[in-house]
Amino acid sequence: MAGLPLLSMTIFLPLLGALAIFLNWGNGGIAQANNARWVALWASLVTLGLTLTLCGNFDSTSSNFQLEDKFQWMPLLNVGYHVGVDGISLPLIVLSALLIPVSILASWTSIEERVAEYMIAFLVLETMLIGMFSALDFILFYIFFEGVLIPMFLIIGIWGGPNRVYAAFKFFLYTLLGSVLSLIAIIYVYFEVGSSDIPLALTTPFSPEIQIWLWIAFFASFAVKIPMWPLHTWLPDAHVEAPTAGSVILAGVLLKMGGYGFIRFSIPMFPEASAYFTPFIFTLSIIAIIYTSLVALAQKDMKKLIAYSSVAHMGFVTLGIFTVDAQGMQGAITQMVSHGLISAALFLCVGVVYDRIHSREIADYGGLVHRMPRYAAVFMVFMLASVGLPGTSGFVGEFLVLLGTYQINTWVTTLASTGMVLGAAYALWLYRRVIFGVLQKPKLKAIVDLHWRENLVFSPLLAGTLILGFYPMPLLTMIDTSVANVIDQYNIALDPEGERFFKTKKSMEMASYHQTNFFPKHYCEAPKALKQSKMVQDNRLSGLLRFARNDNNLLNLKYFIKMFGDEQWPYISCIGNGSEA
Amino acid sequence: MQTLAILVVFLPLIGFLLAGILGQKLGDRFSQLATCGLMGFSTVFSVYIFFQLGLHGQSLSVPLFTWIHVEFFEVEWGIQLDSLSIVMIAVVTVVSFMVHIYSVGYMKGDPGVPRFMSYLSLFTFFMLSLVTAPNLLQMFFGWEGVGLCSYLLIGYWYDRDSANIAAIKAFIVNRIGDIGFVLGILTIFGIFGTVDFSAVFELVPEHQNDTFSFLMGKYHALTLATLLLFIGAMGKSAQIGLHTWLPDAMEGPTPVSALIHAATMVTAGVFMIVRVSPLLEYAPLTREFITLIGAATALITATIACVQNDIKRIIAYSTCSQLGYMFMAAGLSGYSASMFHLTTHAFFKALLFLGAGSVIHAMSDEHDIQKMGGIWKYIPITYVVMWIGSMALAGIPFFSGFYSKDIIIDVEWVSQLPVGKIAYVLAIAAAILTAFYSWRLLLLTFHGKPRAGDAVMSYIHESPLIILIPLVVLAIGSLFSGSLLYDLFVGEGTTFWGAAIFVLPEDDVMTPAHHVVHWVEWSPSIAAFLGIGVAYLFYVYETDWPEKFATTFKKTYLFVYNKWYFDELYQWLFVNPSLKFGKVLWEEGDQEAIDGLGPNGLATLSVASGGVLCRLQTGYVYHYAFAMIIGLVLMMGWYFFM
Repeated sequence: MAGLPLLSMTIFLPLLGALAIFLNWGNGGIAQANNARWVALWASLVTLGLTLTLCGNFDSTSSNFQLEDKFQWMPLLNVGYHVGVDGISLPLIVLSALLIPVSILASWTSIEERVAEYMIAFLVLETMLIGMFSALDFILFYIFFEGVLIPMFLIIGIWGGPNRVYAAFKFFLYTLLGSVLSLIAIIYVYFEVGSSDIPLALTTPFSPEIQIWLWIAFFASFAVKIPMWPLHTWLPDAHVEAPTAGSVILAGVLLKMGGYGFIRFSIPMFPEASAYFTPFIFTLSIIAIIYTSLVALAQKDMKKLIAYSSVAHMGFVTLGIFTVDAQGMQGAITQMVSHGLISAALFLCVGVVYDRIHSREIADYGGLVHRMPRYAAVFMVFMLASVGLPGTSGFVGEFLVLLGTYQINTWVTTLASTGMVLGAAYALWLYRRVIFGVLQKPKLKAIVDLHWRENLVFSPLLAGTLILGFYPMPLLTMIDTSVANVIDQYNIALDPEGERFFKTKKSMEMASYHQTNFFPKHYCEAPKALKQSKMVQDNRLSGLLRFARNDNNLLNLKYFIKMFGDEQWPYISCIGNGSEA
Repeated sequence: MQTLAILVVFLPLIGFLLAGILGQKLGDRFSQLATCGLMGFSTVFSVYIFFQLGLHGQSLSVPLFTWIHVEFFEVEWGIQLDSLSIVMIAVVTVVSFMVHIYSVGYMKGDPGVPRFMSYLSLFTFFMLSLVTAPNLLQMFFGWEGVGLCSYLLIGYWYDRDSANIAAIKAFIVNRIGDIGFVLGILTIFGIFGTVDFSAVFELVPEHQNDTFSFLMGKYHALTLATLLLFIGAMGKSAQIGLHTWLPDAMEGPTPVSALIHAATMVTAGVFMIVRVSPLLEYAPLTREFITLIGAATALITATIACVQNDIKRIIAYSTCSQLGYMFMAAGLSGYSASMFHLTTHAFFKALLFLGAGSVIHAMSDEHDIQKMGGIWKYIPITYVVMWIGSMALAGIPFFSGFYSKDIIIDVEWVSQLPVGKIAYVLAIAAAILTAFYSWRLLLLTFHGKPRAGDAVMSYIHESPLIILIPLVVLAIGSLFSGSLLYDLFVGEGTTFWGAAIFVLPEDDVMTPAHHVVHWVEWSPSIAAFLGIGVAYLFYVYETDWPEKFATTFKKTYLFVYNKWYFDELYQWLFVNPSLKFGKVLWEEGDQEAIDGLGPNGLATLSVASGGVLCRLQTGYVYHYAFAMIIGLVLMMGWYFFM
């Protein structure tokens, strides 16, 4: 298995599927449509299987890029084909690979025109998405990043609702405008680094003045994608007009491109600028959370309401990312994955009734629980997950983000936590108006409950939401080391002397306090927790060791030895000697 | 024992899954059997644990698996049983089991029986995971979970608009409190670097003088943390300010009111405050605040209860009031007294609610006590148990409420905190009102002339056995739980609570509470008889007095009758502005400002400028030639003069 270029296979398999559908063009009619559906489904399912294999071959203890495929593409320009994954991109790749088959199944019967083209668009989209998340070369990244726009633009513009052209253009122009700025920045970085290799660029320091400009250019692109207030207005329009599956991918994966970009590029490449702009980002995020939640309260269109709630949830993501703190960042990534599942499911929920009644107006519904109890139950679970009820994935992400921000700025946390109340308000009110009440509308009298294909579509999302809610550890372990790596890099760049290396973090302070002043029984008697602690990974350890040495505190060192046990000792001393020499 | 503990918590969950998933297919009977049966086992096990572990002062902790672990933040799922949780699981399972059985009879003929039974079991699961939580986060899991079930069950009759609104209101008001809870958890983590109860409590002395920066200022860390946690407790336990959801919650079926809104969920706030007693002991300011809020709640809600006419709402306000008593006791370091009242209250309040349900059942779903009266002959058993419940509630000697209320009053009297005496006065005043509204309820409901229509009167019947059995069991609890548990829970020098409750030596109120002067000891009973006397005067002897009072003190009456206008205030202050603001932000902010200046503005601009540029292209050669000559002149001028 190891010899195969697994990652590249994953990226291009959907494209192969698209080609197969394309070659089957001529058959015409129903048979062709059916063929297209089945080919698309199988291609995306095999891709999903491949991404799971990727997870199996992924070593979460290493912070390096893994499963890399690399060859010279344009050697003269130093542009290469380079892909690889780390703990930050892998969850998003799996998410994309999961949502595409879900989308294909969800559009099985609701799309009747141009089925082959539709399926091709989705498969191309999948290639672009997975490629974008795994690209390790700027040119490649930009191609995929922009490439995502084309199928999405077509999906909205061709299979969308009545006002689809306006929405598609708004979506396209907004994101393109942002991307153009990031292209300029990419070109600058390319000339500065002398290569378009991303790992190389990540370790290249930029001067602070340049960083500010580059950061802004990248920000323009990512902030539109995620989207941050006030660049969010394209999202409700795009969602309203997009077909159900389009909304699923749009909310589920496309929004995460922004968050991914911030973590992958903005923070590690431009640490000074990121630190400089953190208050700005916090302000925008808080506005996004409160503003869009209030706006969501006023919505009359189901999809618009969920779209606005997405903006609010993404506010938590940007908050978490710019804490540059283990809890905040892991929370942000968890929130991205969880929102991918939840918002996708919520849009599917709207799609279910839209397929039957052809209306998205909340006022056209009411009392659905009488005819659709199973639908009501499914909708309820995802509504609650969106509200962030503990036991669902929504809570884990939101809570970790709040935990991260609270150690940096209590104002931000307090204001952000009002989102808990407002989120509950608009979600419950939507649910009440659509599901509860007396079934009065004559149109709804004959509506039928979920059928087996719809059940099938919801089940992986349901399982994912609940599993990540009760046991998010597989995800958290997967992202842990890579996030720690980003944070370390950021901290070292900002503060090479290590003076306030851990000072910003209350829990770190506490840890040091515990070891120097008071050694709590809890930590002494339960070395299990610390031994298993994921900090025992190389880079984290070196960080802690730096911390220990900086304090010139022998006790600290003893503490670490005690913590990690004797078998780690030679390793620690070796690092110590190495860096001192 | 570990297996038993796991079974106690998870059997109700299995019941929920069985009834929830298979109930629709296999029918009502199956879901009733499954949920009641599993609940029964859970009850038996938890009572066994109470006798085996609780009475021997042992504790038990069962770690399950890691929930969240990020860097230093590590939280595990687990079951922690110390005397506090053991008391709670016993109370919760017993009451829940009774309510399960009662529901079989009460909900007969309702189309949603499987759904109802499964919600009850789910609620029990969440409640058990709340009380057995080894850390704050799992507690929050249970906390939100019971809130969810409360929402689902209040809105159980989803056809009713009022039920839906009440359900949403309950969830959202609770969420406001939960902001406090979450911030409290975060603060605790900020102070201690962990949210495990055992670790936090061990570290408390080390951090007793810490300060913590929050928002504008620097505060005493433990005071801040406990205050934030208490805001959460205020929401869940319906204390004044965040109490408005509880009376509306009576929209739910009566068994729900008994289980969730009287005996268990609403006491979660009290439980949480008692659970963090080691923190509170170092935060006297918070304790004073808790006491004041408790006292205010006890009195204010008692006044409202005196003038309401809906039988369930009266009992709901009474619940708020009794929760106020529990908080008063906890605030004054009388944690064990608080838990004692919690336990006895669970029995007699569940009894009152279920009894009220039986009355409502008999009266063809009539809730208004002004339309009842003279029915005691027809429903004798309900009548008797309602009397027992009311006597326990009012604190008539030797009924369970007497013991617990008495010890709380004593604690207030002996407390060293300056607010102790205030609490004492308010508590006595509330005790008079408690007796008054209890007997007002009894007299208007059962005595006097029948005021119901003939159709209703002819239909009146005693409830079936399956409803009466739980009533009798709870009545026995209301009769004897006080005297039986007195020595164990609050007896002088009892060691029952062990390490679960921590009181600083200088704050100890439980020992002196046993040695108060006699008139203090008897004051609650005197207050109770006073209240009963007034009630008899008003509703038996001088029946026109209530009317007269209402007209003479019209303003006061209306003020109290309208529940001190809390709902109106909140509507005006928060709800309407939010809705309006949302609309404004959407229409003016998003559509006008952002879209207007942003994409649409740009679009208009480019179309307009396109139009202008378009007009330049006239197509006449001499226009172009002229422009070229001008350009040429300018370029040459530039070249020569620069």
